Amino acid sequence: MKPLLEVRNLTVEFNTASATVHAVNDVSYTLAEGETLGIVGESGSGKSVHALSMVGLIAMPPGRVVRGEVLFNGRNLLALSQRELFDLRGKEIGFIFQDPMTSLNPVLTIERQIAEPLRRHLGLSASQARKRVVELLELVGIPDAERRAGQYPHEFSGGMRQRVMIAIGVSCNPKLLIADEATTALDVTVQAQILELVRDLKKKIGTTVIWITHDMGVVAGLADTVQVMYGGRIMERGPVRAVFNDPRSAYTWGLLKSLPHGSQRGVKRLYQIPGNPPDMTREPVGDPFAPRNRFATERCFRETPPLVDAADSVSGHKVAAWYDLRQELAKLEAASHD
Amino acid sequence: MTEMVTAQESPAPLVQVERLCKTYGGERSLLGAAKPQLRAVNDVSFAVMPGETLGLVGESGSGKSTTGRVLLQLEAPTSGDILFKGSNITGLSKHLLRPYRRDMQIIFQDPYASLNPRMTVGDFVSEPLIVHGVCPNRSERQDKVAALFRKVGLDPAFMKRYPHEFSGGQRQRVNIARAIALNPAFIVADEPITALDVSIQAQIVNLFQDLQDELGLAYLFIAHDLSMIRFLCHRVAVMLRGRIVEIGPCEAIFENPQHAYTRALLSAIPIPDPDLESKRHPIAFDVNANLPPQSAVLEPVGDGHFVLRG
Repeated sequence: MKPLLEVRNLTVEFNTASATVHAVNDVSYTLAEGETLGIVGESGSGKSVHALSMVGLIAMPPGRVVRGEVLFNGRNLLALSQRELFDLRGKEIGFIFQDPMTSLNPVLTIERQIAEPLRRHLGLSASQARKRVVELLELVGIPDAERRAGQYPHEFSGGMRQRVMIAIGVSCNPKLLIADEATTALDVTVQAQILELVRDLKKKIGTTVIWITHDMGVVAGLADTVQVMYGGRIMERGPVRAVFNDPRSAYTWGLLKSLPHGSQRGVKRLYQIPGNPPDMTREPVGDPFAPRNRFATERCFRETPPLVDAADSVSGHKVAAWYDLRQELAKLEAASHD
Repeated sequence: MTEMVTAQESPAPLVQVERLCKTYGGERSLLGAAKPQLRAVNDVSFAVMPGETLGLVGESGSGKSTTGRVLLQLEAPTSGDILFKGSNITGLSKHLLRPYRRDMQIIFQDPYASLNPRMTVGDFVSEPLIVHGVCPNRSERQDKVAALFRKVGLDPAFMKRYPHEFSGGQRQRVNIARAIALNPAFIVADEPITALDVSIQAQIVNLFQDLQDELGLAYLFIAHDLSMIRFLCHRVAVMLRGRIVEIGPCEAIFENPQHAYTRALLSAIPIPDPDLESKRHPIAFDVNANLPPQSAVLEPVGDGHFVLRG
């Protein structure tokens, strides 16, 4: 498949009076057309900032793209003017943000808000736009769409507002849809409906999706490829089954192991990753996870590991690690039998 | 009904709520129009045993947080009773409630918002000791706070620092240190790990477990993360629009859910395993079409397991 998006050496920092935050450090990956990429990471991992900086949605200053290229259909997004980005966002790249209440304008009807990109980007007339708005609301499963279109955001529940956000995100049939913690604030039952809807939309209009979340469960169910980020770097990426069933980064392994799963009768403690998230104002040196990694070698603290193919795994499975996790786990296993 | 829910073997419940209701709105304005009434907590009864963790789950607006707040009398109930170690503490004056306050604490979701940004975390943790006149001696108090810091896994050298110098997980540890400062018997933990990073959640959950083992604490653990609830709780109550629709031992709820809403809720949890996840089929549940009638009652379906029917 041909790549829709190629991110090369993207490095982003934020300069404040007292410190420089190294938010994204040398991130490179490609995304094929029609692929769903799940990006997991914690706050400060760079997962959101890297996506926002690709399309000029971070405030500059204090933000600054230090280096890198982001090729979208062959065009370098980082070289585009604000005007060009303005035309691109919402049309070719759609967004869904976390908080539907603050992302919607409370004094405009839902129809106005969905129609705006339709009229601006696609040049639809008022009546064409109105028709399309109703179609979109039906597409995202809002009952009684004709009447609901004329209502204001406060008349919608949280789940319904998030559906509206998705309708706006996909309104111009974008080639790429970026969702940033789009279901995090929702109840699980509503989240289940929204995820179903996204799977449905992918089938119907074949959208390429970047789904940013901290929820490993959501990624397991939605993504083709998963990318694990920590300290502004990609620690591991690959086909979702490979990464979940055979993780090669100690961070991925620790995250999966620390989650409660099913019935654990008699288990009193969860596996816990020691320590705290990294201080992003420090000049990045070495593997960012090294201070919390029980398997870290001396080299991990000195030298940054490159993202390379994971040995004996499927194609596309890559890991950035100086240690060999499989070996370390085998040692651990042997020690537990002694 | 209360008898049924609390009819567990032996020890007396630590905390009991009986037919608790909390209604908002309904008052008449000057022009005589009544504001719409919202029954945030509707005829809720349950008990928490000493050393037990009762999980309270439900979606936003189900009344789970309000239940916790009313139970601690941070808000007055509209009706119903709250009993602590058998004595009715509903509607007691501030003064009379004070001895009970020591025994019942709360931990909130946002570990930063609940700290005072202008107070060192050491002072923050020692504040309840001063308010309740425990350890009037300053140096004894310092020692006590240092011990609390160690107990929650913080270096006592951090006592002089301010909240902004800490990560989310460390801040939640500070909140926990303050909550246990007066040796409470009962803690309401309202979504205490929701705002934390995934790699930190396990640390805090383990801390809750350790403190329970060590201090015999009982928790009302309010959360929407059902997999964490399953791990942590002895019993679980499921709330829907202000009512408990199902309550029972944790494994009974997860292995053998009886109420349609509980089933829908459980089926909606994403599983961090791509193979299992591809086989999962969420069950739909239309809340508005399935609101339990006011006359519905909790009926026993198993040992300590009750479901709302009517």
